[in-house]
Amino acid sequence: MVNTIRQLIRDTRSQKLRTLLTLFGMIWGTTAVSLLLAFGDGLHSQLAKSNAGMGNNVVIGWPSRTSIPFEGLGKARRIQMDDDDIELLRNKAYGLGAISSEYMEGFKLQYGAKVLSVSVSGVEPDFGEIRNLIPAEGSRFINPVDQQKRRRVAFLGDELAGQVFGDVTPVGQIIKLQGSPFTIIGVLIKKTQNSSYTGQDNGRVFIPSSTFKMMTGQKFISDFVFTASDIEKTKGLIKDVLRIMAAQHRFDPTDDEAISFWDTSDSAKFFQTFMLAFKIFLGAIGCLTLVVGGIGISNIMNVVVEERTREIGIKMALGAKPRIILGKFLLETLALTIVGGSIGILITLGICTVFPVLNLTEYVGDPNISTGAATATAVMLGIIGFISGYFPARTAANLDPVVAMKM
Amino acid sequence: MFLDGFFNSKKRYSSVENGNVIDLKGLTRVYVTGKIKVEALKGIDLEVRDGDMVAITGPSGSGKSTLMNLIGCLDTPTSGSYLLRGESVAGLSREELAGIRNRRVGFIFQNFNLLPQISAYENVEMPLLFSGLPRQKRRERVYELFNRVGLSDRMDHKPTELSGGQMQRVATARALAMDPDIILADEPTGNLDTSSGSDIMDLFQELWEQGRTVLVITHDPALARRAPRQVEIRDGLITRDSRT
Ligand SMILES: Nc1ncnc2c1ncn2[C@@H]1O[C@H](COP(=O)(O)OP(=O)(O)OP(=O)(O)O)[C@@H](O)[C@H]1O
Ligand SMILES: [Mg+2]
Repeated sequence: MVNTIRQLIRDTRSQKLRTLLTLFGMIWGTTAVSLLLAFGDGLHSQLAKSNAGMGNNVVIGWPSRTSIPFEGLGKARRIQMDDDDIELLRNKAYGLGAISSEYMEGFKLQYGAKVLSVSVSGVEPDFGEIRNLIPAEGSRFINPVDQQKRRRVAFLGDELAGQVFGDVTPVGQIIKLQGSPFTIIGVLIKKTQNSSYTGQDNGRVFIPSSTFKMMTGQKFISDFVFTASDIEKTKGLIKDVLRIMAAQHRFDPTDDEAISFWDTSDSAKFFQTFMLAFKIFLGAIGCLTLVVGGIGISNIMNVVVEERTREIGIKMALGAKPRIILGKFLLETLALTIVGGSIGILITLGICTVFPVLNLTEYVGDPNISTGAATATAVMLGIIGFISGYFPARTAANLDPVVAMKM
Repeated sequence: MFLDGFFNSKKRYSSVENGNVIDLKGLTRVYVTGKIKVEALKGIDLEVRDGDMVAITGPSGSGKSTLMNLIGCLDTPTSGSYLLRGESVAGLSREELAGIRNRRVGFIFQNFNLLPQISAYENVEMPLLFSGLPRQKRRERVYELFNRVGLSDRMDHKPTELSGGQMQRVATARALAMDPDIILADEPTGNLDTSSGSDIMDLFQELWEQGRTVLVITHDPALARRAPRQVEIRDGLITRDSRT
């Protein structure tokens, strides 16, 4: 074994340029592939993060005006929904996951000397889950007791919290909304949101809808949000919600303007398909790059075999076994592949570590070598090393000593 | 030397049979290149006894090298039988033939066939390396061999730094490394001047006197006469087999 390694080192040393070129090819290939995968991964999780900003597969419904005359009632009749309607839907809508009403208004917020005008949403406890409003550490979202007892508690968007409190920890602080004192119970974690319907969550205040109604006397909801128990059921659920409300408010159940819906699962589905296609594309490019690299190595090894034919012939004449010669060439390519591949992966790791410094995270995400990508690259490298080593090795071992020596 | 134990045990174990190291019957070799067939050997019958020295002569293209390559298991015959120490070589795998070349045959070539990028020492060490002999034993054996061919002071030189005669000595040392049954030399003096050619021939004669079996191809009638037996080949057939 020691001999083999020593011989290997000697052989590769005597072929400096060629070895260097092979290594370079392998390093280049691996770096390209793993970087591609790493950036693909980073971009994917960044896109997924922004996409989840609204919540997963949320449907938002706005009561609006009818567009079809129904049972003697004219069109353009205004539909208004209240908590009872939400309760009805909660009990009757088929395939419903969770639902929450949302009341909205602009309030005056006071904290010490600071006075701001903010958008306030009065929501139910489920709203947080539905809309993916994750509380930062040490804080919480509105819970059922807050709702039941009409507590004056508020959950703040992270940017607004920063604006109001600066370095002070917001949780436990008292602010005034329309003059009434509210205790801060939670702050939103920093999140990326690339779509919204009433401004970004990070600038809003969320309070229990019961408290909201008590303060404003509002009776009708601004909108309601809900999810299906299963993303596949979303379309049917929307129809069912419309049907229940049509019966309740006496409008045509096919009148889809009476309540307008925004189904975010549409874009989620598109997003999933897109990401899958994107990953397949990246993978295909990666594989091709590596295959091209492999062909390069194979070619180089072929030249090496050709160039060393005489040497191989002499060695076989002296009793070197073809199997040993085959093994030696395989080992040589494998070693080159592994060394080149490792260097390539190290370079990629380096780039992944340095990249966040460039502050491009928001646009392309941070490249990230996942275990899957690393394993895939490693396996590909192994296979390519083996295949590209095998054919030249076989050529070498199949030579007749007499023929080979005459070269 | 204690190494002799290792190498001689093999000799004792294999020197049985009728005393013929080489036994060829109706050996032919046809080269096929494209549509052209060249009958290089047309039926060779040859027996070589243990400890004999044979000079093979003949005009260029008569098939001498072809015969030598077959005897040395570097090539396989088209037909006919070849017994090496009573054992048939036909039908052996490439791996087994490599083993035979390693242990039983010492080949010396006209153009030396030394590897230029490694030292004389490493060149001689190669057959021992392929046989799997441990490092220390290899070392002792290589020293012994360089001593034998009188080149102990040139071991660390690259072949390119040696004269033709010296290169052929290194090649001879390499051929002797595994203490083979037969020593085959294909025009070993062909690339040497008269005096170093004569020296190499002296070396072969010494080896023969020590009891080895030696086959030498040569164009030089004077050198051929130094062997006790001369075989002449013409057009792929043995035309004369005589002893002096
Ligand atoms: N690899 C080969 N392919 C085709 N024909 C060959 C091959 N090797 C040898 N021959 C032919 O076989 C015949 C015998 O060749 P060989 O080399 O045995 O002759 P030789 O007696 O050694 O000649 P020389 O004295 O010139 O070395 C020649 O006609 C040669 O052209
Ligand atoms: Mg010849």
